[in-house]
Amino acid sequence: MNASTLSGPVNRRDFLKLTGLAGGGFALAFYIRSGPAAAAADGATGSFEPNAFIRISPTGAVTIVSKQPEMGQGVKTSLPMIIAEQLEVPWKEIKIEQGDFDQKYGGQSAGGSNSTPSNYDHFHLLGATARTMLVTAAAQTWGVSPSECRAENAAVHHTSGKTLKYGQLVAKASALPVPAKEQVTLKDPKDFKLLGQRISQVDSRTIATGGPLFGIDMKLPGMVYAVYEKCPAFGGKVVSANLDHIKRLPGVKDAFIIEGRGGVKELVPGVAIIADSTWAAFSARRQLKVTWDEGKVAEESWDTFVAQARADAGKAGATQLRKDGDPDASLKSATTTIEAEYLYPFISHANLEPQNTTAHWRDGVMELWTPAQIPARAAEIVTRLLGVPAEKIIMHLTRAGGGFGRRISADYLVETAAIAQKVNAPVKLTWSREDDLKHDHYRPGGLHFLKGGVDAQGKPVAWKNHFFTFGEGGSPGSGGSLHRDELPARCIPNFQSEQTMISTGWPMGPWRAPGSCVFGWVFNSFVDEMAHAAGRDPYQFHLEMLGNEKMLPAEGRGGREYNLERLRNVMKFTAEKAGLGKKKFAKGQGAGIGYYFSHRGYFAQVAEVTVSKDGMLKVDRVVCGCDIGAQVVNLSGAENQVEGSVIDGLGTLMTQELNIERGRVVQSNFHDYPLIRITDAPTKIETHFLKTNYPTTGLGEPALPPVAGAVCNAIFAATGKRVRQMPLSRVDLSWT
Amino acid sequence: MKYTLNVNGASHVVDVAPDTPILWVLRDHLDLVGTKFGCGVGQCGACTIHLNGVPSRSCMTPVSTVGRMRITTIEGLAADAEKLHPVQQAWCELDVAQCGYCQAGQIMTAAALLKDNPRPNDEDIDGAMAGNLCRCATYMRIRSGIKRAAELAGGAKEATQ
Repeated sequence: MNASTLSGPVNRRDFLKLTGLAGGGFALAFYIRSGPAAAAADGATGSFEPNAFIRISPTGAVTIVSKQPEMGQGVKTSLPMIIAEQLEVPWKEIKIEQGDFDQKYGGQSAGGSNSTPSNYDHFHLLGATARTMLVTAAAQTWGVSPSECRAENAAVHHTSGKTLKYGQLVAKASALPVPAKEQVTLKDPKDFKLLGQRISQVDSRTIATGGPLFGIDMKLPGMVYAVYEKCPAFGGKVVSANLDHIKRLPGVKDAFIIEGRGGVKELVPGVAIIADSTWAAFSARRQLKVTWDEGKVAEESWDTFVAQARADAGKAGATQLRKDGDPDASLKSATTTIEAEYLYPFISHANLEPQNTTAHWRDGVMELWTPAQIPARAAEIVTRLLGVPAEKIIMHLTRAGGGFGRRISADYLVETAAIAQKVNAPVKLTWSREDDLKHDHYRPGGLHFLKGGVDAQGKPVAWKNHFFTFGEGGSPGSGGSLHRDELPARCIPNFQSEQTMISTGWPMGPWRAPGSCVFGWVFNSFVDEMAHAAGRDPYQFHLEMLGNEKMLPAEGRGGREYNLERLRNVMKFTAEKAGLGKKKFAKGQGAGIGYYFSHRGYFAQVAEVTVSKDGMLKVDRVVCGCDIGAQVVNLSGAENQVEGSVIDGLGTLMTQELNIERGRVVQSNFHDYPLIRITDAPTKIETHFLKTNYPTTGLGEPALPPVAGAVCNAIFAATGKRVRQMPLSRVDLSWT
Repeated sequence: MKYTLNVNGASHVVDVAPDTPILWVLRDHLDLVGTKFGCGVGQCGACTIHLNGVPSRSCMTPVSTVGRMRITTIEGLAADAEKLHPVQQAWCELDVAQCGYCQAGQIMTAAALLKDNPRPNDEDIDGAMAGNLCRCATYMRIRSGIKRAAELAGGAKEATQ
């Protein structure tokens, strides 16, 4: 094989062979070919393929590949929209294809609200590059200057009135070199026709008609069905199981033990049952008897940890994150001081589609169909733990029935792959809901012991926080690290934050807006407490605390640069939209503000609530102000993300809680782990985007952190009751 | 055991254990995967189908109890393949879904609501839809989607009068 093969048809395996890829060490950023574009991607069709993402056939059919995993965040629609905008092809004429996991697409990681910011500029360039080549092809055909031509409606038009459709230009465009970035002109945003519109998801119709889309919908000829039982206590190992009995049950094809390998979030030991249907596997599992060696984690309980944190709250924290000024002296001299404990539990992701993967192991090749969020990480684990070389892994990305960070882990995938290595057929592993709740990688709980001081002028002067978090091996679980930059650091002159980690073997993982999803609540709530204690208007107090400076630089490893001007502006914008301070509320009703910066976005929310005398909460209205920079890509998807984040944040505030006793999760299904239902959704959510001249950023997460603070501050305004514990189902909100 | 089932107007013979929930008969044996598995205990509503027009939890309905009842799934909700049911139309038009996993169940429950109550208000909607979880929390759009479907259904009726 020679280099020219690269510009012709290349299937994944050949491509990997050619480039000698192993374990993702070679990242081909955007695979824009530097030589002549491929004239024949699939032989006879002779399509124009200026890059890995765009394909135009001689019939004029336009296909755009969506490389990112789609889990409900809308990228399968929004990212191709960017290409379509620059390509000048009407949206309705474009077919979108889900790309497999493939190095040729560059990174395919879905998480951290990164899909938009990390692809936005590149995707504009991809579309504009293809358009430039088509315009050049037309200009050459006509013997005119490209400057006399313009692209519109999937065709190139000359000032004379001549027109050539894209399909007619395919052969000529394919022979052209791919122009350098400098030779490509991007559209002026004021000329955008598609970006900023409300576009229904490309899969809307398939979803509404029940077509196969999700990992769990996979079916292959000869496929068998697997379940996998793990120790209820984290870290436990299989001693023995009644495998002979299980193997004799109806529909069961095999049953075997798998030894654990890797970390606690990788291949967990367990017992696999293989059957001829999901139900046969589920039924056999009810008769499975396993003797477990539960190990040390089975000694750990949440209640004990909480008691330990409370006992140690007054001691110095294990790590001092920050100390500015003299917080102790300042607290002594402050006119008003307050003290409070804030507590939130471990919670689960609870994706509605239970974890699953389908795998086929044959001839040394592992082919997988999976709803993974980070396929490269999943592949690396399969290589490391199961010895399958990177070039022997084929991974197809299915739609995921929710991500929320859960499918960044690949435990379910490596379980399936390990099972597949022992089964002579394609196999689909389906977790039960109970598996999902009891073997999640949880959002860590936490306790914050806070002290605050306000001076005679009503200004916040002192803040102390001793934060208790959870982790393993010396580092807190995902989202369990309080950064020294975390607001209101640098907004209050005498400031101390300390962190103490409680070690545990409970598996933790990123949960939508890790850290931010709870830190926002604690910070917004306790500042609100300080305002009320000082007898100040809370909104003015919050705003004034953020000072007049524009920027706070990032400090230390993992620090964030805060643009306080953007934060203040989005607060003012939101307060204005909500009419905050202008409404008169009866007792039992009130408004509050929450605000936060995370995932590159600046967000504020005003909540209005009604609390009945017997303590029932109804959120009447949430007004959201969102600064995600210069451009909303898909307005429909964007509003949907904001509304969903608000209700998700409200759900974690209202009902979600896992108890962990003796190293195992007590809850088992949605009857004892209730998710928010439509009856608790706010009556009204209003979403407003504040356009700023900053780069366009993502929306999967940053709308979530402000809601709990806004709602709890509104509850205080309504009832005089301060919520310092999640979930609200444990808090008495009744009033007289 | 062999069972003859009436699914979306067609007759199907399946050979399964009597306690097999209709959910798994549909998904594994009839390749109708639109009906989703979410919890297995009737808590989430992702598996909602119609039995003789009544919304039912297929994850808790053993095949042996169904007899000749008419089973309607999301795949058979629209009378003909070309023209979607008003709820499906509204769902596409308003872009209700995020991940989409629960939406077949939401649509089946909403379709049953509109049959009983062609002009539901917010309270009616919340009451009828309370058994269907949406983890992405698309509840605002589910409310709007049902109202839009009511309009579309009304419009269709007027057009045929």
